[in-house]
Amino acid sequence: MPSEKRNLLLAALLLAAASALFMTLNARGMWDFVLPLRAAKLLAILLVAYAIGVSTLLFQTLTHNPILTPSLLGFDTLYVFLQTLLVLVLGGIGYVQLNPAWKFSGEMLVMLGGSMLLFQVLLRQGGRDLARMILIGVIFGIFFRSITGLLQRLMDPEAFAVAQAFSYASFNSFNRQLLWPALLVVLASMPLLWRERHRLDVHLLGRDQAVNLGIAYQRHTLWLLAWVAVLVATATALVGPFGYPVSFFGLLVCALANHFAGTLRHNVRLPMVFLVAALLLVGGQTLFEHVLGMQAVLSVVVEFAGGLVFLYLILRKKQT
Amino acid sequence: MIHIENVSHHIGKQTILNNIRLEIPAGGITALIGPNGAGKSTLLSLMARLQPLTHGSIRYNGRDLAATPTAEMARKLAILTQEGSVQSRISVRDLLMFGRFPYHQGRPQALDREIVAAALHEFGLEPLAERYLTELSGGQRQRAMIAMVFCQQTDYVLLDEPLNNLDMYYAKSLMQLLQRLTHEHKRTTVVVLHDINQAAAYADHIIAMQHGQVAFAGTPDEVFTEANIKTLFNMDAAVIDYAGKKLVVHHV
Repeated sequence: MPSEKRNLLLAALLLAAASALFMTLNARGMWDFVLPLRAAKLLAILLVAYAIGVSTLLFQTLTHNPILTPSLLGFDTLYVFLQTLLVLVLGGIGYVQLNPAWKFSGEMLVMLGGSMLLFQVLLRQGGRDLARMILIGVIFGIFFRSITGLLQRLMDPEAFAVAQAFSYASFNSFNRQLLWPALLVVLASMPLLWRERHRLDVHLLGRDQAVNLGIAYQRHTLWLLAWVAVLVATATALVGPFGYPVSFFGLLVCALANHFAGTLRHNVRLPMVFLVAALLLVGGQTLFEHVLGMQAVLSVVVEFAGGLVFLYLILRKKQT
Repeated sequence: MIHIENVSHHIGKQTILNNIRLEIPAGGITALIGPNGAGKSTLLSLMARLQPLTHGSIRYNGRDLAATPTAEMARKLAILTQEGSVQSRISVRDLLMFGRFPYHQGRPQALDREIVAAALHEFGLEPLAERYLTELSGGQRQRAMIAMVFCQQTDYVLLDEPLNNLDMYYAKSLMQLLQRLTHEHKRTTVVVLHDINQAAAYADHIIAMQHGQVAFAGTPDEVFTEANIKTLFNMDAAVIDYAGKKLVVHHV
Protein backbone atom coordinates (compact mmCIF):
# COMPACT_ATOMS: atom_id res chain seq x y z
CA MET A 1 0.00 0.00 0.00
CA PRO A 2 2.70 2.58 0.79
CA SER A 3 4.35 2.10 -2.62
CA GLU A 4 0.97 2.61 -4.33
CA LYS A 5 0.37 5.82 -2.40
CA ARG A 6 3.90 6.97 -3.09
CA ASN A 7 3.49 6.49 -6.83
CA LEU A 8 0.22 8.43 -6.78
CA LEU A 9 1.83 11.23 -4.84
CA LEU A 10 4.83 11.26 -7.16
CA ALA A 11 2.60 11.48 -10.23
CA ALA A 12 0.61 14.29 -8.63
CA LEU A 13 3.79 16.25 -7.85
CA LEU A 14 5.12 15.75 -11.36
CA LEU A 15 1.81 16.95 -12.76
CA ALA A 16 1.90 20.03 -10.53
CA ALA A 17 5.44 20.79 -11.70
CA ALA A 18 4.52 20.28 -15.35
CA SER A 19 1.48 22.53 -14.91
CA ALA A 20 3.61 25.25 -13.29
CA LEU A 21 6.08 25.07 -16.18
CA PHE A 22 3.24 25.14 -18.68
CA MET A 23 1.82 28.28 -17.08
CA THR A 24 5.06 30.24 -16.71
CA LEU A 25 7.58 29.19 -19.34
CA ASN A 26 8.43 31.91 -21.89
CA ALA A 27 5.86 34.30 -20.41
CA ARG A 28 8.19 37.30 -20.80
CA GLY A 29 6.39 39.28 -18.12
CA MET A 30 3.05 39.55 -19.97
CA TRP A 31 1.20 37.93 -17.10
CA ASP A 32 -2.17 39.60 -17.65
CA PHE A 33 -2.31 38.21 -21.12
CA VAL A 34 -0.54 34.89 -20.68
CA LEU A 35 -2.05 33.52 -17.47
CA PRO A 36 -5.77 33.54 -18.37
CA LEU A 37 -5.01 32.19 -21.83
CA ARG A 38 -2.86 29.36 -20.55
CA ALA A 39 -5.11 28.61 -17.60
CA ALA A 40 -8.02 27.99 -19.96
CA LYS A 41 -5.85 25.76 -22.11
CA LEU A 42 -4.53 23.88 -19.08
CA LEU A 43 -8.08 23.30 -17.87
CA ALA A 44 -9.06 21.97 -21.29
CA ILE A 45 -6.08 19.60 -21.27
CA LEU A 46 -6.87 18.35 -17.77
CA LEU A 47 -10.52 17.76 -18.68
CA VAL A 48 -9.58 15.81 -21.80
CA ALA A 49 -6.97 13.81 -19.87
CA TYR A 50 -9.60 12.84 -17.30
CA ALA A 51 -12.28 12.02 -19.86
CA ILE A 52 -10.09 9.87 -22.10
CA GLY A 53 -8.12 8.20 -19.31
CA VAL A 54 -11.10 7.27 -17.15
CA SER A 55 -13.36 6.24 -20.03
CA THR A 56 -10.66 3.93 -21.39
CA LEU A 57 -10.04 2.36 -17.99
CA LEU A 58 -13.76 1.76 -17.44
CA PHE A 59 -14.07 0.24 -20.89
CA GLN A 60 -11.09 -2.05 -20.37
CA THR A 61 -12.41 -3.23 -17.02
CA LEU A 62 -15.85 -3.98 -18.44
CA THR A 63 -14.47 -5.83 -21.47
CA HIS A 64 -11.68 -7.62 -19.54
CA ASN A 65 -9.31 -6.58 -22.27
CA PRO A 66 -6.33 -4.27 -21.83
CA ILE A 67 -5.94 -3.58 -25.56
CA LEU A 68 -9.40 -2.11 -26.23
CA THR A 69 -10.42 1.53 -26.13
CA PRO A 70 -13.88 3.11 -26.38
CA SER A 71 -12.92 4.72 -29.68
CA LEU A 72 -13.58 1.24 -31.08
CA LEU A 73 -17.28 1.79 -30.49
CA GLY A 74 -17.20 4.67 -32.93
CA PHE A 75 -18.43 7.40 -30.55
CA ASP A 76 -16.02 9.99 -31.94
CA THR A 77 -16.85 9.12 -35.52
CA LEU A 78 -20.53 9.63 -34.66
CA TYR A 79 -19.59 13.04 -33.26
CA VAL A 80 -17.72 14.11 -36.42
CA PHE A 81 -20.61 12.79 -38.49
CA LEU A 82 -23.10 14.92 -36.53
CA GLN A 83 -20.94 18.03 -36.99
CA THR A 84 -20.59 17.37 -40.70
CA LEU A 85 -24.33 16.90 -41.04
CA LEU A 86 -24.95 20.20 -39.23
CA VAL A 87 -22.52 22.05 -41.49
CA LEU A 88 -24.12 20.54 -44.57
CA VAL A 89 -27.65 21.47 -43.47
CA LEU A 90 -26.96 24.91 -41.98
CA GLY A 91 -23.95 25.94 -44.05
CA GLY A 92 -20.63 27.12 -42.62
CA ILE A 93 -22.02 30.41 -41.30
CA GLY A 94 -25.15 28.89 -39.79
CA TYR A 95 -23.06 26.23 -38.06
CA VAL A 96 -20.74 28.77 -36.46
CA GLN A 97 -23.70 30.80 -35.20
CA LEU A 98 -25.29 27.90 -33.27
CA ASN A 99 -25.59 28.40 -29.52
CA PRO A 100 -22.69 26.27 -28.19
CA ALA A 101 -24.36 25.22 -24.96
CA TRP A 102 -27.51 24.02 -26.73
CA LYS A 103 -25.44 22.36 -29.41
CA PHE A 104 -23.38 20.56 -26.76
CA SER A 105 -26.47 19.36 -24.89
CA GLY A 106 -28.11 18.21 -28.11
CA GLU A 107 -25.03 16.32 -29.23
CA MET A 108 -24.66 14.76 -25.81
CA LEU A 109 -28.25 13.52 -26.02
CA VAL A 110 -27.76 12.10 -29.52
CA MET A 111 -24.52 10.36 -28.50
CA LEU A 112 -26.18 8.94 -25.37
CA GLY A 113 -29.16 7.81 -27.41
CA GLY A 114 -26.91 6.19 -29.99
CA SER A 115 -24.84 4.42 -27.37
CA MET A 116 -27.96 3.22 -25.55
CA LEU A 117 -29.19 1.70 -28.83
CA LEU A 118 -25.83 -0.04 -29.15
CA PHE A 119 -25.95 -1.23 -25.54
CA GLN A 120 -29.41 -2.71 -26.16
CA VAL A 121 -27.54 -5.41 -28.07
CA LEU A 122 -25.73 -6.17 -24.86
CA LEU A 123 -28.90 -6.17 -22.78
CA ARG A 124 -30.79 -8.59 -24.98
CA GLN A 125 -28.08 -11.18 -24.47
CA GLY A 126 -28.25 -10.84 -20.72
CA GLY A 127 -24.93 -9.01 -20.71
CA ARG A 128 -23.05 -11.95 -22.15
CA ASP A 129 -22.12 -10.78 -25.56
CA LEU A 130 -19.70 -7.88 -25.23
CA ALA A 131 -17.78 -9.08 -28.28
CA ARG A 132 -20.84 -8.73 -30.49
CA MET A 133 -21.55 -5.25 -29.16
CA ILE A 134 -17.97 -4.15 -29.88
CA LEU A 135 -18.14 -5.61 -33.38
CA ILE A 136 -21.36 -3.73 -34.12
CA GLY A 137 -19.73 -0.58 -32.74
CA VAL A 138 -16.74 -1.05 -35.04
CA ILE A 139 -19.03 -1.49 -38.05
CA PHE A 140 -20.99 1.67 -37.21
CA GLY A 141 -17.75 3.55 -36.59
CA ILE A 142 -16.53 2.71 -40.09
CA PHE A 143 -19.97 3.48 -41.50
CA PHE A 144 -20.07 6.94 -39.94
CA ARG A 145 -16.53 7.69 -41.01
CA SER A 146 -17.26 6.75 -44.63
CA ILE A 147 -20.49 8.78 -44.71
CA THR A 148 -18.63 11.72 -43.16
CA GLY A 149 -15.97 11.47 -45.87
CA LEU A 150 -18.67 11.42 -48.55
CA LEU A 151 -20.53 14.40 -47.07
CA GLN A 152 -17.36 16.43 -46.73
CA ARG A 153 -16.63 15.86 -50.43
CA LEU A 154 -20.08 17.16 -51.32
CA MET A 155 -19.57 20.46 -49.47
CA ASP A 156 -18.53 23.76 -50.93
CA PRO A 157 -14.96 24.74 -50.00
CA GLU A 158 -16.01 27.28 -47.36
CA ALA A 159 -18.10 24.78 -45.43
CA PHE A 160 -15.35 22.20 -45.88
CA ALA A 161 -12.89 24.53 -44.15
CA VAL A 162 -15.25 24.67 -41.16
CA ALA A 163 -15.60 20.90 -41.21
CA GLN A 164 -11.84 20.41 -41.28
CA ALA A 165 -11.48 22.37 -38.05
CA PHE A 166 -13.51 19.88 -35.98
CA SER A 167 -12.26 16.77 -37.74
CA TYR A 168 -8.87 16.82 -36.05
CA ALA A 169 -7.99 17.20 -32.40
CA SER A 170 -5.98 20.22 -31.33
CA PHE A 171 -5.37 21.87 -28.00
CA ASN A 172 -4.44 25.09 -29.75
CA SER A 173 -7.89 25.56 -31.18
CA PHE A 174 -10.08 23.94 -28.54
CA ASN A 175 -13.70 24.92 -28.15
CA ARG A 176 -13.49 27.68 -25.53
CA GLN A 177 -17.25 28.03 -25.08
CA LEU A 178 -17.55 24.40 -23.98
CA LEU A 179 -15.02 24.71 -21.17
CA TRP A 180 -17.64 25.23 -18.46
CA PRO A 181 -20.16 22.63 -19.65
CA ALA A 182 -17.31 20.10 -19.95
CA LEU A 183 -16.06 20.99 -16.47
CA LEU A 184 -19.57 20.48 -15.15
CA VAL A 185 -19.83 17.02 -16.72
CA VAL A 186 -16.42 15.97 -15.39
CA LEU A 187 -17.11 17.25 -11.87
CA ALA A 188 -20.47 15.46 -11.83
CA SER A 189 -18.86 12.20 -12.94
CA MET A 190 -16.18 12.22 -10.25
CA PRO A 191 -18.17 11.30 -7.12
CA LEU A 192 -20.47 8.99 -9.09
CA LEU A 193 -17.62 6.99 -10.59
CA TRP A 194 -15.54 7.03 -7.41
CA ARG A 195 -18.46 5.34 -5.67
CA GLU A 196 -18.17 2.46 -8.14
CA ARG A 197 -14.50 1.70 -7.44
CA HIS A 198 -15.07 -1.45 -5.38
CA ARG A 199 -17.74 -2.77 -7.70
CA LEU A 200 -15.35 -2.19 -10.61
CA ASP A 201 -12.84 -4.41 -8.81
CA VAL A 202 -15.43 -7.20 -8.74
CA HIS A 203 -15.82 -6.90 -12.54
CA LEU A 204 -12.22 -8.12 -12.81
CA LEU A 205 -13.41 -11.59 -11.80
CA GLY A 206 -15.59 -11.90 -14.90
CA ARG A 207 -19.31 -11.72 -15.49
CA ASP A 208 -20.36 -14.89 -13.66
CA GLN A 209 -18.49 -14.02 -10.48
CA ALA A 210 -19.76 -10.43 -10.61
CA VAL A 211 -23.31 -11.81 -10.64
CA ASN A 212 -22.42 -14.27 -7.90
CA LEU A 213 -21.10 -11.51 -5.67
CA GLY A 214 -24.28 -9.53 -6.00
CA ILE A 215 -23.56 -6.98 -8.74
CA ALA A 216 -26.68 -6.18 -10.78
CA TYR A 217 -24.58 -6.89 -13.84
CA GLN A 218 -26.71 -5.54 -16.68
CA ARG A 219 -27.74 -2.37 -14.92
CA HIS A 220 -24.27 -1.71 -13.62
CA THR A 221 -22.58 -2.31 -16.98
CA LEU A 222 -25.12 -0.07 -18.70
CA TRP A 223 -24.56 2.69 -16.15
CA LEU A 224 -20.79 2.56 -16.63
CA LEU A 225 -21.00 2.37 -20.41
CA ALA A 226 -23.27 5.41 -20.40
CA TRP A 227 -20.54 7.30 -18.54
CA VAL A 228 -17.98 6.07 -21.07
CA ALA A 229 -20.16 7.53 -23.82
CA VAL A 230 -20.61 10.84 -21.98
CA LEU A 231 -16.89 11.22 -21.27
CA VAL A 232 -15.84 10.41 -24.82
CA ALA A 233 -18.44 12.87 -26.12
CA THR A 234 -17.13 15.56 -23.75
CA ALA A 235 -13.50 15.13 -24.78
CA THR A 236 -14.42 15.04 -28.45
CA ALA A 237 -16.60 18.14 -28.22
CA LEU A 238 -13.87 20.04 -26.41
CA VAL A 239 -10.81 19.36 -28.60
CA GLY A 240 -12.10 17.27 -31.47
CA PRO A 241 -11.74 13.53 -32.06
CA PHE A 242 -8.52 12.63 -30.35
CA GLY A 243 -6.35 10.51 -32.57
CA TYR A 244 -9.12 10.08 -35.09
CA PRO A 245 -9.63 7.51 -36.57
CA VAL A 246 -8.02 5.22 -33.97
CA SER A 247 -6.94 6.42 -30.58
CA PHE A 248 -3.88 4.89 -29.06
CA PHE A 249 -3.71 7.60 -26.44
CA GLY A 250 -6.15 5.95 -24.03
CA LEU A 251 -4.32 2.69 -24.54
CA LEU A 252 -0.95 4.25 -23.79
CA VAL A 253 -2.28 5.94 -20.68
CA CYS A 254 -3.94 2.84 -19.27
CA ALA A 255 -0.88 0.67 -19.94
CA LEU A 256 1.36 3.16 -18.16
CA ALA A 257 -1.10 3.63 -15.30
CA ASN A 258 -1.41 -0.15 -14.82
CA HIS A 259 2.34 -0.37 -14.67
CA PHE A 260 2.80 2.42 -12.14
CA ALA A 261 -0.26 1.55 -10.05
CA GLY A 262 1.20 -1.87 -9.24
CA THR A 263 -2.27 -3.12 -8.37
CA LEU A 264 -5.53 -3.78 -10.16
CA ARG A 265 -7.62 -2.01 -7.54
CA HIS A 266 -9.58 0.89 -8.96
CA ASN A 267 -9.12 3.16 -5.95
CA VAL A 268 -5.50 3.44 -7.15
CA ARG A 269 -6.00 3.03 -10.88
CA LEU A 270 -8.78 5.62 -11.32
CA PRO A 271 -6.69 8.54 -10.00
CA MET A 272 -3.61 7.08 -11.66
CA VAL A 273 -5.03 7.10 -15.20
CA PHE A 274 -6.01 10.74 -14.79
CA LEU A 275 -2.58 11.71 -13.46
CA VAL A 276 -0.68 9.82 -16.15
CA ALA A 277 -2.90 11.16 -18.94
CA ALA A 278 -2.63 14.72 -17.64
CA LEU A 279 1.12 14.43 -17.15
CA LEU A 280 1.60 13.19 -20.71
CA LEU A 281 -0.56 15.91 -22.22
CA VAL A 282 0.61 18.84 -20.08
CA GLY A 283 4.26 17.82 -20.25
CA GLY A 284 4.06 17.08 -23.95
CA GLN A 285 2.26 20.32 -24.72
CA THR A 286 4.83 22.33 -22.74
CA LEU A 287 7.63 20.63 -24.58
CA PHE A 288 6.11 21.18 -28.00
CA GLU A 289 4.99 24.76 -27.46
CA HIS A 290 7.91 26.21 -25.61
CA VAL A 291 10.94 24.04 -26.19
CA LEU A 292 10.42 22.76 -29.71
CA GLY A 293 8.57 25.88 -30.80
CA MET A 294 5.50 24.18 -32.34
CA GLN A 295 7.74 22.21 -34.66
CA ALA A 296 5.77 19.02 -34.17
CA VAL A 297 2.24 17.99 -33.31
CA LEU A 298 1.69 16.40 -29.89
CA SER A 299 -1.07 14.06 -30.97
CA VAL A 300 1.11 12.54 -33.67
CA VAL A 301 3.88 11.75 -31.19
CA VAL A 302 1.42 10.42 -28.61
CA GLU A 303 -0.21 8.20 -31.22
CA PHE A 304 3.19 6.93 -32.32
CA ALA A 305 4.20 6.04 -28.76
CA GLY A 306 0.72 4.56 -28.18
CA GLY A 307 1.07 2.41 -31.26
CA LEU A 308 4.37 1.05 -30.00
CA VAL A 309 2.80 0.24 -26.62
CA PHE A 310 -0.07 -1.49 -28.42
CA LEU A 311 2.37 -3.72 -30.30
CA TYR A 312 4.27 -4.41 -27.09
CA LEU A 313 1.07 -5.43 -25.28
CA ILE A 314 0.08 -7.81 -28.06
CA LEU A 315 3.52 -9.41 -28.33
CA ARG A 316 3.88 -9.76 -24.58
CA LYS A 317 0.49 -11.44 -24.39
CA LYS A 318 1.64 -14.01 -26.93
CA GLN A 319 4.61 -14.97 -24.80
CA THR A 320 2.67 -15.80 -21.65
CA MET B 1 -34.96 -26.68 -0.02
CA ILE B 2 -34.89 -25.51 -3.62
CA HIS B 3 -38.22 -25.51 -5.45
CA ILE B 4 -38.09 -25.46 -9.23
CA GLU B 5 -41.49 -25.09 -10.81
CA ASN B 6 -42.45 -25.26 -14.48
CA VAL B 7 -39.10 -23.96 -15.65
CA SER B 8 -38.69 -23.93 -19.41
CA HIS B 9 -35.99 -22.41 -21.56
CA HIS B 10 -35.83 -21.90 -25.30
CA ILE B 11 -33.11 -20.67 -27.62
CA GLY B 12 -34.86 -19.65 -30.80
CA LYS B 13 -37.27 -22.47 -31.57
CA GLN B 14 -35.16 -25.07 -29.82
CA THR B 15 -36.33 -26.25 -26.43
CA ILE B 16 -33.47 -26.56 -23.97
CA LEU B 17 -35.49 -27.14 -20.84
CA ASN B 18 -39.03 -28.44 -20.96
CA ASN B 19 -41.24 -27.71 -17.98
CA ILE B 20 -38.91 -28.83 -15.20
CA ARG B 21 -40.43 -29.50 -11.79
CA LEU B 22 -37.98 -30.41 -9.13
CA GLU B 23 -37.42 -30.27 -5.41
CA ILE B 24 -33.83 -30.34 -4.28
CA PRO B 25 -33.70 -31.33 -0.61
CA ALA B 26 -31.87 -29.14 1.89
CA GLY B 27 -28.50 -30.39 3.10
CA GLY B 28 -26.01 -32.61 1.31
CA ILE B 29 -24.64 -32.82 -2.20
CA THR B 30 -27.00 -33.10 -5.15
CA ALA B 31 -25.38 -34.11 -8.41
CA LEU B 32 -26.85 -33.17 -11.80
CA ILE B 33 -25.86 -35.77 -14.35
CA GLY B 34 -26.83 -36.66 -17.89
CA PRO B 35 -25.54 -36.73 -21.46
CA ASN B 36 -24.18 -33.68 -23.25
CA GLY B 37 -26.91 -31.28 -24.24
CA ALA B 38 -29.36 -32.55 -21.63
CA GLY B 39 -29.73 -29.05 -20.16
CA LYS B 40 -27.81 -29.54 -16.90
CA SER B 41 -25.67 -26.44 -17.22
CA THR B 42 -28.59 -24.36 -18.49
CA LEU B 43 -30.68 -25.38 -15.48
CA LEU B 44 -27.79 -24.52 -13.17
CA SER B 45 -27.26 -21.12 -14.80
CA LEU B 46 -30.97 -20.33 -14.41
CA MET B 47 -30.80 -21.40 -10.77
CA ALA B 48 -27.73 -19.17 -10.40
CA ARG B 49 -29.54 -16.17 -12.05
CA LEU B 50 -26.78 -16.01 -14.68
CA GLN B 51 -29.54 -16.08 -17.27
CA PRO B 52 -32.93 -14.42 -16.88
CA LEU B 53 -35.71 -16.87 -16.12
CA THR B 54 -38.45 -16.58 -18.74
CA HIS B 55 -40.83 -19.40 -17.76
CA GLY B 56 -41.51 -20.77 -14.32
CA SER B 57 -40.10 -19.96 -10.93
CA ILE B 58 -37.21 -20.97 -8.69
CA ARG B 59 -37.40 -20.56 -4.92
CA TYR B 60 -34.75 -20.95 -2.27
CA ASN B 61 -36.27 -21.62 1.16
CA GLY B 62 -39.44 -20.07 -0.17
CA ARG B 63 -37.71 -16.90 -1.44
CA ASP B 64 -38.40 -16.31 -5.11
CA LEU B 65 -35.16 -15.91 -7.05
CA ALA B 66 -36.50 -13.38 -9.55
CA ALA B 67 -38.05 -11.19 -6.85
CA THR B 68 -35.02 -11.07 -4.53
CA PRO B 69 -32.44 -8.30 -5.06
CA THR B 70 -29.26 -9.80 -6.47
CA ALA B 71 -27.07 -8.30 -3.73
CA GLU B 72 -29.21 -10.04 -1.08
CA MET B 73 -29.14 -13.30 -3.04
CA ALA B 74 -25.31 -13.16 -2.95
CA ARG B 75 -25.51 -13.83 0.79
CA LYS B 76 -27.71 -16.92 0.31
CA LEU B 77 -26.35 -18.45 -2.85
CA ALA B 78 -22.80 -18.90 -4.16
CA ILE B 79 -21.97 -20.04 -7.67
CA LEU B 80 -18.87 -21.18 -9.50
CA THR B 81 -18.76 -21.70 -13.24
CA GLN B 82 -15.95 -22.57 -15.61
CA GLU B 83 -15.45 -19.04 -16.82
CA GLY B 84 -11.89 -18.41 -17.92
CA SER B 85 -11.70 -14.64 -17.71
CA VAL B 86 -10.41 -14.14 -14.17
CA GLN B 87 -7.72 -11.50 -14.38
CA SER B 88 -4.15 -12.41 -13.71
CA ARG B 89 -2.78 -10.00 -11.15
CA ILE B 90 -5.02 -11.00 -8.25
CA SER B 91 -3.45 -12.77 -5.30
CA VAL B 92 -5.10 -15.78 -3.69
CA ARG B 93 -5.76 -13.78 -0.51
CA ASP B 94 -7.43 -10.98 -2.49
CA LEU B 95 -9.50 -13.54 -4.38
CA LEU B 96 -10.80 -15.02 -1.14
CA MET B 97 -11.57 -11.53 0.12
CA PHE B 98 -13.76 -11.02 -2.95
CA GLY B 99 -15.85 -13.88 -1.58
CA ARG B 100 -16.68 -11.59 1.35
CA PHE B 101 -17.75 -8.74 -0.97
CA PRO B 102 -21.51 -9.35 -0.45
CA TYR B 103 -20.91 -8.51 3.23
CA HIS B 104 -18.25 -5.79 3.21
CA GLN B 105 -18.97 -4.08 -0.16
CA GLY B 106 -15.31 -3.26 -0.62
CA ARG B 107 -14.43 -2.31 2.95
CA PRO B 108 -13.20 -5.49 4.67
CA GLN B 109 -13.70 -5.67 8.44
CA ALA B 110 -11.79 -7.71 11.02
CA LEU B 111 -14.36 -10.50 10.77
CA ASP B 112 -13.83 -10.77 7.00
CA ARG B 113 -10.08 -11.04 7.46
CA GLU B 114 -10.57 -13.77 10.08
CA ILE B 115 -12.83 -15.77 7.77
CA VAL B 116 -10.36 -15.46 4.89
CA ALA B 117 -7.46 -16.52 7.10
CA ALA B 118 -9.45 -19.53 8.31
CA ALA B 119 -10.34 -20.49 4.73
CA LEU B 120 -6.71 -20.20 3.63
CA HIS B 121 -5.84 -22.61 6.41
CA GLU B 122 -8.70 -25.01 5.76
CA PHE B 123 -7.97 -25.29 2.04
CA GLY B 124 -4.22 -25.58 2.52
CA LEU B 125 -3.67 -22.35 0.62
CA GLU B 126 -1.52 -20.57 3.20
CA PRO B 127 1.78 -21.10 1.34
CA LEU B 128 0.12 -19.72 -1.82
CA ALA B 129 -1.69 -16.79 -0.21
CA GLU B 130 0.38 -14.03 -1.79
CA ARG B 131 0.77 -15.69 -5.19
CA TYR B 132 -1.04 -14.41 -8.25
CA LEU B 133 -3.64 -16.69 -9.84
CA THR B 134 -1.55 -17.04 -13.01
CA GLU B 135 1.24 -18.54 -10.94
CA LEU B 136 -0.93 -21.46 -9.81
CA SER B 137 -1.53 -24.83 -11.41
CA GLY B 138 -5.02 -25.73 -12.62
CA GLY B 139 -5.74 -27.73 -9.50
CA GLN B 140 -4.50 -25.03 -7.15
CA ARG B 141 -6.52 -22.36 -8.94
CA GLN B 142 -9.68 -24.46 -8.78
CA ARG B 143 -9.10 -24.96 -5.05
CA ALA B 144 -8.67 -21.21 -4.61
CA MET B 145 -11.92 -20.54 -6.49
CA ILE B 146 -13.79 -23.04 -4.32
CA ALA B 147 -12.25 -21.50 -1.21
CA MET B 148 -13.55 -18.11 -2.36
CA VAL B 149 -17.04 -19.52 -2.85
CA PHE B 150 -16.95 -20.97 0.65
CA CYS B 151 -15.82 -17.65 2.11
CA GLN B 152 -19.19 -16.38 0.91
CA GLN B 153 -20.76 -18.56 3.65
CA THR B 154 -24.01 -19.16 1.85
CA ASP B 155 -26.56 -21.88 2.57
CA TYR B 156 -26.60 -22.85 -1.08
CA VAL B 157 -23.63 -23.53 -3.34
CA LEU B 158 -23.93 -24.23 -7.08
CA LEU B 159 -20.93 -25.62 -8.96
CA ASP B 160 -20.75 -26.18 -12.71
CA GLU B 161 -18.36 -29.03 -13.55
CA PRO B 162 -15.78 -28.25 -10.88
CA LEU B 163 -13.71 -31.30 -11.84
CA ASN B 164 -12.96 -30.01 -15.34
CA ASN B 165 -9.25 -30.08 -16.11
CA LEU B 166 -8.36 -31.75 -12.82
CA ASP B 167 -6.37 -34.96 -12.66
CA MET B 168 -7.71 -37.88 -10.64
CA TYR B 169 -5.76 -36.93 -7.53
CA TYR B 170 -7.11 -33.38 -7.43
CA ALA B 171 -10.58 -34.52 -8.49
CA LYS B 172 -10.77 -36.95 -5.59
CA SER B 173 -9.44 -34.51 -3.00
CA LEU B 174 -11.81 -31.80 -4.27
CA MET B 175 -14.84 -34.08 -3.97
CA GLN B 176 -13.79 -35.12 -0.45
CA LEU B 177 -13.35 -31.48 0.47
CA LEU B 178 -16.79 -30.61 -0.94
CA GLN B 179 -18.36 -33.46 0.96
CA ARG B 180 -16.73 -32.46 4.23
CA LEU B 181 -17.56 -28.76 3.88
CA THR B 182 -21.12 -29.46 2.83
CA HIS B 183 -21.82 -31.70 5.80
CA GLU B 184 -19.84 -29.78 8.43
CA HIS B 185 -21.56 -26.49 7.65
CA LYS B 186 -24.94 -28.03 6.80
CA ARG B 187 -24.98 -26.57 3.32
CA THR B 188 -26.86 -27.53 0.20
CA THR B 189 -24.47 -28.10 -2.68
CA VAL B 190 -25.69 -28.64 -6.23
CA VAL B 191 -23.03 -29.76 -8.63
CA VAL B 192 -23.03 -30.58 -12.34
CA LEU B 193 -20.80 -33.63 -12.82
CA HIS B 194 -19.67 -35.42 -15.94
CA ASP B 195 -17.96 -38.26 -14.15
CA ILE B 196 -20.87 -40.38 -12.96
CA ASN B 197 -18.64 -42.43 -10.69
CA GLN B 198 -17.71 -39.31 -8.75
CA ALA B 199 -21.43 -38.60 -8.47
CA ALA B 200 -22.09 -42.14 -7.27
CA ALA B 201 -19.36 -41.94 -4.66
CA TYR B 202 -19.91 -38.50 -3.18
CA ALA B 203 -23.43 -37.26 -3.90
CA ASP B 204 -26.34 -37.78 -1.53
CA HIS B 205 -28.93 -37.19 -4.24
CA ILE B 206 -28.79 -37.67 -7.98
CA ILE B 207 -30.81 -35.86 -10.61
CA ALA B 208 -30.40 -37.35 -14.05
CA MET B 209 -31.47 -35.20 -16.98
CA GLN B 210 -32.18 -36.03 -20.58
CA HIS B 211 -33.63 -33.98 -23.46
CA GLY B 212 -34.33 -31.01 -21.19
CA GLN B 213 -36.31 -33.04 -18.71
CA VAL B 214 -35.67 -34.85 -15.46
CA ALA B 215 -35.30 -38.53 -16.31
CA PHE B 216 -34.55 -39.96 -12.87
CA ALA B 217 -34.11 -38.59 -9.38
CA GLY B 218 -33.20 -40.28 -6.14
CA THR B 219 -30.31 -41.69 -4.16
CA PRO B 220 -27.27 -43.04 -6.05
CA ASP B 221 -28.39 -46.60 -5.36
CA GLU B 222 -31.80 -45.93 -6.90
CA VAL B 223 -30.55 -44.07 -9.97
CA PHE B 224 -27.48 -46.03 -10.95
CA THR B 225 -28.87 -49.21 -12.44
CA GLU B 226 -27.84 -50.78 -15.73
CA ALA B 227 -31.27 -50.10 -17.20
CA ASN B 228 -31.16 -46.40 -16.27
CA ILE B 229 -27.66 -45.93 -17.69
CA LYS B 230 -28.83 -47.57 -20.90
CA THR B 231 -31.78 -45.18 -21.12
CA LEU B 232 -29.74 -42.09 -20.26
CA PHE B 233 -26.62 -42.53 -22.32
CA ASN B 234 -27.80 -45.13 -24.82
CA MET B 235 -24.92 -47.46 -24.06
CA ASP B 236 -24.38 -50.69 -22.19
CA ALA B 237 -22.44 -50.43 -18.98
CA ALA B 238 -22.08 -52.80 -16.07
CA VAL B 239 -22.99 -51.38 -12.66
CA ILE B 240 -21.19 -53.11 -9.82
CA ASP B 241 -20.95 -52.55 -6.10
CA TYR B 242 -17.55 -51.49 -4.88
CA ALA B 243 -16.81 -50.49 -1.27
CA GLY B 244 -20.45 -49.74 -0.65
CA LYS B 245 -20.75 -47.41 -3.67
CA LYS B 246 -22.11 -47.98 -7.14
CA LEU B 247 -19.44 -48.19 -9.80
CA VAL B 248 -20.43 -47.75 -13.44
CA VAL B 249 -18.01 -49.56 -15.72
CA HIS B 250 -18.51 -47.60 -18.92
CA HIS B 251 -15.08 -47.34 -20.48
CA VAL B 252 -14.32 -50.97 -21.43
